[in-house]
Amino acid sequence: MAEQRQAVERPLSPHLQIYRVTITMAMSILHRIVGVALYGGTALVAWWLIATASGPDAYAVFQSVAGSWFGQLVLIGFTWALLHHLFGGIRYLLWDEIVATSPKAADTISWIAIVAALAGTVLVWAVIFSMRGVI
Amino acid sequence: MSAAKKDMRTPLGRVLAHGSAKSGTGDHIRQRITAVAMVPLALFFTGFLVALTGADYETARSWLGNPLVSIAALLLVVAAIMHMRIGMQIVIEDYVTGALLRSIALIANFFFAYAVGLACLYAVVKIGFGV
Repeated sequence: MAEQRQAVERPLSPHLQIYRVTITMAMSILHRIVGVALYGGTALVAWWLIATASGPDAYAVFQSVAGSWFGQLVLIGFTWALLHHLFGGIRYLLWDEIVATSPKAADTISWIAIVAALAGTVLVWAVIFSMRGVI
Repeated sequence: MSAAKKDMRTPLGRVLAHGSAKSGTGDHIRQRITAVAMVPLALFFTGFLVALTGADYETARSWLGNPLVSIAALLLVVAAIMHMRIGMQIVIEDYVTGALLRSIALIANFFFAYAVGLACLYAVVKIGFGV
């Protein structure tokens, strides 16, 4: 019977605030958040593809939204999110193959992923803005 | 009474039919294969979109309608939809509690993934066939 069960004082598993924040931990949390953001972002990709399939008018509507300052902000964020999830995800593929699993190596490839995603985002948008003649 | 215990589940868990659905490994492997596939595909399409900067409608459509680009786009869409359906399912299973809300979220995840995925596939095929 369930009523006869006694509540036993058991050691509780420590929760988040107990741990020192490490880069692998922060990257793990960020990987999920960014993944969820990309999930929503696929609706924008679908919009772009459907607009392109539909005709010049629908495409112009997409372009005007994407070209607004807010649209540009979303696209820059999308670029970073994609590259961050991509480079961060490569770490998991490496770890699956037992590569770079020591704490030091795990930290190193995490920082490499962060820097690669930021550098990639800057590179992509530097090229885009220079093609537009803005910079 | 203690019949031969074949699994580690509690009697309550067994009655409620909670526990492994015995299909998790497939999703785990699928998640990794689609990830590997998307590394080159996503990088290619990032470059593709950068190259399309300032292009007009006809140019964008004809570039996307190139057979190789269309096929790459179809591959990316299929990989992305599989990958994100599994990823979101893991997030939901980790954080959404309550049987009803959990079921709704899990089903909505499938609906969203298939709706977005088929919309993308339809559009790419339409562009590719030039109709």
